[in-house]
Amino acid sequence: MTSQPLVIADRQFSSRLFTGTGKFSSTALMEEALLASGSELVTVALKRVDVADAEDDLLRHLGHEQFQLLPNTSGVRTAREAVFAAQLAREALETNWLKLEIHPDPKYLLPDPVETLKAAEELVKQGFVVLPYIHADPVLCKRLEEAGVAAVMPLGAPIGSNKGLLTREFLEIIIGQSRIPVVVDAGIGAPSHAAAAMELGADAVLVNTAIAVAGQPVAMAQAFRLAVEAGRIAYEARLAEPVAHASASSPLTAFLD
Amino acid sequence: MSFRSVFDTYSWDATKSSIYAKTAADVEHALRTPKRTLEDFKALISPAAAPYLEQMAQLSHQLTRKRFGNTMQLYVPLYLSNECQNICTYCGFSLDNAIRRRTLSSVEILREAAVLKEWGYEHVLLVTGEANQTVGVDYLQKALRTLRPHFAHLSMEVQPLHKSDYEILMQEGLNTVLVYQETYHQEDYKKHHPKGKKSNFYYRLETPDRLGQAGIHKMGLGVLFGLEDWRTDSFYTALHLDYLERAYWQTKYSLSFPRLRPAEGLVQPKVEMSDRELVQLICAYRLLNEEVELSISTRETPTFRDHIIRLGITSISAGSKTNPGGYIVEPESLEQFEISDERSPAEIAAMLRRQGYEPVWKDWDHALM
Repeated sequence: MTSQPLVIADRQFSSRLFTGTGKFSSTALMEEALLASGSELVTVALKRVDVADAEDDLLRHLGHEQFQLLPNTSGVRTAREAVFAAQLAREALETNWLKLEIHPDPKYLLPDPVETLKAAEELVKQGFVVLPYIHADPVLCKRLEEAGVAAVMPLGAPIGSNKGLLTREFLEIIIGQSRIPVVVDAGIGAPSHAAAAMELGADAVLVNTAIAVAGQPVAMAQAFRLAVEAGRIAYEARLAEPVAHASASSPLTAFLD
Repeated sequence: MSFRSVFDTYSWDATKSSIYAKTAADVEHALRTPKRTLEDFKALISPAAAPYLEQMAQLSHQLTRKRFGNTMQLYVPLYLSNECQNICTYCGFSLDNAIRRRTLSSVEILREAAVLKEWGYEHVLLVTGEANQTVGVDYLQKALRTLRPHFAHLSMEVQPLHKSDYEILMQEGLNTVLVYQETYHQEDYKKHHPKGKKSNFYYRLETPDRLGQAGIHKMGLGVLFGLEDWRTDSFYTALHLDYLERAYWQTKYSLSFPRLRPAEGLVQPKVEMSDRELVQLICAYRLLNEEVELSISTRETPTFRDHIIRLGITSISAGSKTNPGGYIVEPESLEQFEISDERSPAEIAAMLRRQGYEPVWKDWDHALM
């Protein structure tokens, strides 16, 4: 039983689990966990890599054919800074894919909607495949879609919080009205959260902390892989609606019989 | 509006009494509650919290790991000058200390930098005394310009400056500024800093405000332990941090915990802070604030550092020299204080890996600003 592949821009993904590269206890362990996750899209912070160094430790461990790199702009505070960082990332990492992250607030790392929209408009014009990290704001998602981004990445909960789908109501609206892929990013702390996001109809999820900080990151990466697959298959198979009580008769319409 | 308007509403003595009055019940409440207040913090740094240290350490470890993962940032100080016009009773660079003064030239700075690069560093902390004639904004600007092509992250621990000066230096790639109040005890501050610009308590107190207004990316706060009651000083530090986080919400914050070390011409610490108490404080800060960066320097012993990294610390220095030219140019020049952990950066990195931490050398890029 295989679920439908996901297409973002011109690329097809058989895995709907996207991953991050932060917080692992070693780059070797990160590599092993990411391989176990089956992930094909891996985000990496521009600030963590030395783009001038061909032997950069982080990049060396990500040099597998199945990993499409998704550079992110973590650290920038404005649209202007984001556009500059994006250009550098494109040149250095030889990809026009970009996870647009503008979180001027270093405490909760919550995205700035105004600067993100501004930067997205500019980056799309410059030919980037833009995946913006944003709050679960349905209107902002439509505005970004109109701006031409390749997917939207609304958060489930504050990044790194492991709190799950606190924004569920808004994610449902976003998924319901989006014409581009919706990737739930941030806050997913357990495989069950990932499965729940997929059951809602999210096209993919992005997980980092929950894998990197787990007791056994490789095993946890496998658990997330299975959960995302299960959630997607369940969504495609159409879940039975929960029913609160049995309905035996039809008192209001029986007279029609 | 500055921190002064908050600070002036607190009395040192009343604050101190309220910390020492905290009970075991207050501590237990502080441990249970998910969102901790400054009152909870008082309980956690009070003598009443001593029996709860293991529990605090476990919570601190968990919270730090969730936020910062299994990583540890590495940085190293680069002393540029030991010239100083201030008299500080605890510092080797004090004006009244009859030692030969040294300020590095650009060529010398590059020679020192080459050693640090060789060790793998991408984050350097530039340190000077306060000598505005020779080591003023022009000198600092030139130093940053010299170093910017070689390091991803430039921090500075120098005399307090004006907002416009910080803006000039940020243009040169300055990312982080550390400015320690030394003590929040206003009357005794004067005794520890009898002469020089540093004797102006309020100018120093309002420095973080000027940094925040300049839009600095990161600033570091702290006090020097050994001058006054550490619990009261730490409460004020937490109060300052709380104010700054609300006022300058785009800035990142870090805290340091320097304990007074032996130095040339130094007075004896008035107050001793034990290892156990320092652990208590570090854990208390983490329990109060899950996001703040906590830094530990080579002032501490190898044994202490090997253990403390698991209890809330997020950044660590290694291989440090506290004298200008100390790495290669003039190893015998006067140091600010003696270091306790003389292990090399490679040895510290190996120690971190053995404990399951990835040493992070680079976590910033000039392309981001």
